[in-house]
Amino acid sequence: MSLEATTSAAEGQAVLLSEATRGRIDGWLARFPDTPEGRRSAIIQSLVAVQDQNGGWVSAELMDAVADYLDVPQVWVYEVANFYSMIETETVGRHSISICTNISCMLCGADQVVSHVENKLGIKMGETTPDGRIFLKVEEECVAACTGAPMMIVDGHYHENLTPEKIDEILDGLE
Amino acid sequence: MATVEKTDVDMVTLEIDGESVSVPAGSMIIEASDQIGIDIPRFCYHRKLSIAANCRMCLVDVEKAPKPLPACATPVADGMKVFTESRRAVDAQRGVMEFLLINHPLDCPICDQGGECELQDLAMGYGRSVSRFTERKRVVKDKNLGSLVATDMTRCIHCTRCVRFLEEIAGTSELGGIGRGEHTEISTFVERNINSELSGNIIDLCPVGALTNKPFRFSARPWEMRAKPCIGSHDNVGANLFHHVRGKQIMRCVPRDNERINECWLPDRDRYAHFGLASDERLTRPKVKIDGQWQDASWDEALAKARHILETTVSQDPAQLGILVSPRATTQEHHLLAKLTRGLGCDNIDHRLRVSDFSHPATGWGRMDMATAQWPTADAIFLIGSNIRHDQPILGHRVRTAWRQSGAQIMDLNPAAYDFHFDLTERLIDAPQRMVPVLAGVVQKVAKDQGLTLPDGFEAISPSTDHGEAIERVVATLKSADRGLIVLGDVALNHPQGGWLRTLAEWLAAATDVSMCALGGPANARGAHAAGAQPKTSGLHAKQMLTTPLSSYVIYDFEPSSDTANPQLAMDALKSASQVIAVSAFASDDLLAVADVLLPLASVPQTDGSYINVDGIRQDFEASVPPLGDARPGWKILRRLGADLRLDGFDFVDLADIDVSFDAACPDAQSEIQPPSVSEGEPASASSDLMRIGDVPMYHTDALTRRSKPLQDSDHALPPVVRVHPEAAQSLGLVEGQAVNVRQGEASATLPWSADDRIPKGAVWLASAHTEVSGLGDAYGPITVELAKS
Repeated sequence: MSLEATTSAAEGQAVLLSEATRGRIDGWLARFPDTPEGRRSAIIQSLVAVQDQNGGWVSAELMDAVADYLDVPQVWVYEVANFYSMIETETVGRHSISICTNISCMLCGADQVVSHVENKLGIKMGETTPDGRIFLKVEEECVAACTGAPMMIVDGHYHENLTPEKIDEILDGLE
Repeated sequence: MATVEKTDVDMVTLEIDGESVSVPAGSMIIEASDQIGIDIPRFCYHRKLSIAANCRMCLVDVEKAPKPLPACATPVADGMKVFTESRRAVDAQRGVMEFLLINHPLDCPICDQGGECELQDLAMGYGRSVSRFTERKRVVKDKNLGSLVATDMTRCIHCTRCVRFLEEIAGTSELGGIGRGEHTEISTFVERNINSELSGNIIDLCPVGALTNKPFRFSARPWEMRAKPCIGSHDNVGANLFHHVRGKQIMRCVPRDNERINECWLPDRDRYAHFGLASDERLTRPKVKIDGQWQDASWDEALAKARHILETTVSQDPAQLGILVSPRATTQEHHLLAKLTRGLGCDNIDHRLRVSDFSHPATGWGRMDMATAQWPTADAIFLIGSNIRHDQPILGHRVRTAWRQSGAQIMDLNPAAYDFHFDLTERLIDAPQRMVPVLAGVVQKVAKDQGLTLPDGFEAISPSTDHGEAIERVVATLKSADRGLIVLGDVALNHPQGGWLRTLAEWLAAATDVSMCALGGPANARGAHAAGAQPKTSGLHAKQMLTTPLSSYVIYDFEPSSDTANPQLAMDALKSASQVIAVSAFASDDLLAVADVLLPLASVPQTDGSYINVDGIRQDFEASVPPLGDARPGWKILRRLGADLRLDGFDFVDLADIDVSFDAACPDAQSEIQPPSVSEGEPASASSDLMRIGDVPMYHTDALTRRSKPLQDSDHALPPVVRVHPEAAQSLGLVEGQAVNVRQGEASATLPWSADDRIPKGAVWLASAHTEVSGLGDAYGPITVELAKS
């Protein structure tokens, strides 16, 4: 920005990043050339690292922090954060559940899995339980686990060949 | 003059719609078709931007290709046969159009783009007359992008031209595609203004009505307006533009292509300045001051008084008359004013109002070893005293292009770490009073390396011992450059040791064999020089005229409290003068305070005339709109005044008659420029005083921009803030959130301050030309800062 206009909102925001997050980002930065375009390539993984630091979601301030740390325009980070469904831009529950509803799972009863989970938790897809315990991601597309359909992902772990009993057990096991 | 070497490139011959065309290998089909005038519909493609191929409107049929191919992203091949109007091509284009219109609202009757809309035009050719779409259309919330660009984002078709422009050309990356699929929105995401100095260009690039001209909004339809070619009058580039005029009013301004000067871009300053014509302060009638009271007068009365002032002054002592003229006046006005001055036996005329060191023989006159259109081919650029991005936005774009396309290494020597849209390999940032020693350090290093003896007189400056390694790298870069370039900008021109900066830079350019471009004064300064609007023999220059007050002045088309190097000095001199004639487009407070006669002037864009730009290109233009009220073009006022004074050469009938004499008076610019010589300027003082950095803000360059509401509402025109290095602020005892008192000589002002590590420790940033600082002294002079007593 010019001396007259306001300074960049991202300036100095990198302080919001923890040591661990910086370490992860540095690891990714090392794999790309040190040019603006190269650093742009590290945005996805930087956001994943920041999301882990921040309890499952990334705020606009943290996107600015990533832009400041990577020294790239803020809007590049905004674009990536808002494009990928794996990056949450609003507060979510402690645990994240994604149910596959793509063709193989659908044929094996994914719709029943969805309605069972929704009824049990009392929330719809895309919502978080009032106690902030579980976040139900909007419909997830195929995650390459068709052999175990129907399936869902809980906090990054695949759970396959779901039955109502199995789902109850998994959900009840979440803190 | 440098020229671009043309290398032999492989040519490829292909056939488009049966017509044969040869283009360089690697070109895209759309470039070949454009070359022979075959029109392929497009939205996202733009010849100055990268290829996105995301609108798919340019699908064409290529022989042997299994499906239609996008013409903008398909490279040509020898023997390729392209059909742009075959059944398959047209079906594809119609299909794309149907998809584009799915979400586009049918609000053409209330859309500002109506009548000049690329989507509207192409929908005529490729759209269906009845929509098959029955679902709901999406609605997108509008964004607030500031005072210049209006948004209607529901109309956006996601061509991303604006995104690519801001990323590639403007270098600010302020817009992006947020979201995915049908939820994609072009947005800043977090609401903030677009601050690029070239932001208005996204309005022209937008093929639909999503981005429109905010202050122009809903005020006229394209078919009601006439396009009047004109040029930008706010920097010395003279960007080509059209004023769109309805009746007697300029409704808006758009760029006019000129590859040599502004390509197809227009800086916001040139685009929005004309809104200043709507100011209430416009002077529409001659006025005379009688017993301290301003009274409207007829032209005859006012001119009689002006003539009386000139005659009585000259009859006593012609040297007691001072003529100060704005560089924004046309070359013809400068010429006539110079002729008038000399006809009265006087030589006190000057247009270099912001200059404070006149020691260099070519002060204020540009020297251009490399035409600005060639700058993008430079491989090393050393900016000396230049915030080029704001002072000459188009030239800033040229430097950025050199960095982006030729990988040029860019370095600067500046009084503040200006925010540039290119990376700098080396930055020599030091307070104004240390800029000459630092540059002398660079010179000394070159002399030592190459065993050169420095010219006599150079020993008057003790080179700085700081920046040692940085200086070495600057020297190494300059010496290894094949097409190196040194640019001296506005800060170097207006610097108190500007003569030394230029002399040292000239020596440096010659010693390292790089091109030298001293940009010269603002607006039409080059025309003013060519027309002789500066002292020739014994006359006083602008600073002398104000330091030792004269008895009478003519001030032509500028505001002394904002457009001079030292407003305090200027106002004092004018107040103490017995008579002041002001020729002005605006009746501003400072003129009302000091003048005795006010003659209403129709300045650019209300007058015919010509400018000579920084490259020496002469550009003639006609008035876009007639003068307001009784105001008259300057050449007519001066013709009448000259004739009334019975001077020779004022009996011409129209503007073209002046041209003969003006061309004769215009010397070959190169021959006039003196070889490097040691100036007689004050030796650089190693003063420990705090120095003011008083740059002219981008939207405060002249009376017109200062009155343009859209420009003044933008972030670049925020009220002045005293910027101090955090450590300097600590030693000055400044307290955050409390105002400071700044003092220059007798004058003082109380202003907010902020800590800013872009400012060197020996200086404070306080921009010029704001009303808040109009009583202060030298733009680059000593200043004291202390906490204001609450």
